[in-house]
Amino acid sequence: MIQRVIVLTSGKGGVGKTTTTANLAVALARGGHKVVAIDADIGLRNLDVVLGLENRIVYSLVDVIEGSCRLKQALVKDKRVENLFLLPAAQTRTKDAVKPEQMKALCDELREDFDFVLVDSPAGIEGGFQNAASGADEALVVSTPDMSAVRDADRIIGMLESLGKSPIRLIVNRLRPNMVREGNMLDVSDVLDILAIDLIGVVPEDDNVVTSTNKGEPLTLNSTSPAARAFDNISRRLIGEEVPLLDVESLASTGFMARIRRAFGFKG
Amino acid sequence: MNFFKKLFCREESRKTAKERLQLVLIHDRADISPEVMDSLRRDLIAVISTYMEIDESNIELDLEREDRSVALVANIPIRHVRRNARPEEKGQ
Ligand SMILES: Nc1ncnc2c1ncn2[C@@H]1O[C@H](COP(=O)(O)OP(=O)(O)OP(=O)(O)O)[C@@H](O)[C@H]1O
Ligand SMILES: [Mg+2]
Repeated sequence: MIQRVIVLTSGKGGVGKTTTTANLAVALARGGHKVVAIDADIGLRNLDVVLGLENRIVYSLVDVIEGSCRLKQALVKDKRVENLFLLPAAQTRTKDAVKPEQMKALCDELREDFDFVLVDSPAGIEGGFQNAASGADEALVVSTPDMSAVRDADRIIGMLESLGKSPIRLIVNRLRPNMVREGNMLDVSDVLDILAIDLIGVVPEDDNVVTSTNKGEPLTLNSTSPAARAFDNISRRLIGEEVPLLDVESLASTGFMARIRRAFGFKG
Repeated sequence: MNFFKKLFCREESRKTAKERLQLVLIHDRADISPEVMDSLRRDLIAVISTYMEIDESNIELDLEREDRSVALVANIPIRHVRRNARPEEKGQ
């Protein structure tokens, strides 16, 4: 077994950590790996609804840590995909209910049984993030290509580095190809220049993300929409496959010829 | 006109964003405020002046960024070096 514990983080909130965790968890499980997704956003749980498992929750991560139930009892098994489990957060508690050592012990226990443990962290650099990161070996930093998100991502990367997480890789989410083409959005190469970490994938802005969340069916379950393909590719890069960047992903610097073609009215 | 505008002078808020971000991050990463930089400059001048006469108005003192690290780079033009310079001789 590979047994990797990966935390999904961001400095700024709302950039897509939960969406990414859900989609990667499903994609990895569909690829034959045994996966557990942990919702470490205690008090503000969301991963359950994004995964569409909210009605099946009995116990939470806090119950396990406090010894009110066994770990196996708290794991919610997804019926749509083999090998996919959710360890939900408690909704009525605060992040203080958990200590980093306890989170670490929990991740180590899960490591015994799973190929991938994905930890959905709350935003920010405080207790909730420290808890979520404590059990992880590696990290995926999610950022949208805007000023505040990138700035805050830089802060989080610094903290992950000092916690010794490795590798730390970047996912650029909600890229809008049209705005990049017009030169009105930071492109992927800009973000990489600034943050100086490895890129593992780029997810375009995609309305299907919203509708799939409405239905509680992550895109990677069955869709072939642009975001679904991007998440799928990231999951394959995670297991070491060499997957070339999608068009939208490589939509970095647009060359001179492309600009000429566009100026003449050809599509870029 | 529109053709040339598209081709040569795209108004790129992207460039502005990148430049602003790079500047902001230099300070975020080094955590050094302009006030601290000024006082560092004053202290440096005081120390170096005990050994050599420097051209204070042409001192360049900057934080230079490389990937994830920041270096303090100073360019301090020397007018001349004092004979037998010692810290004790300061302000004689
Ligand atoms: N690629 C995308 N295209 C369109 N919408 C997206 C995309 N990624 C995320 N969203 C939307 O952005 C919103 C925030 O996403 P999400 O909840 O995953 O962020 P988060 O980082 O987990 O937020 P928080 O910091 O509050 O935990 C959601 O409404 C989600 O549907
Ligand atoms: Mg979230």
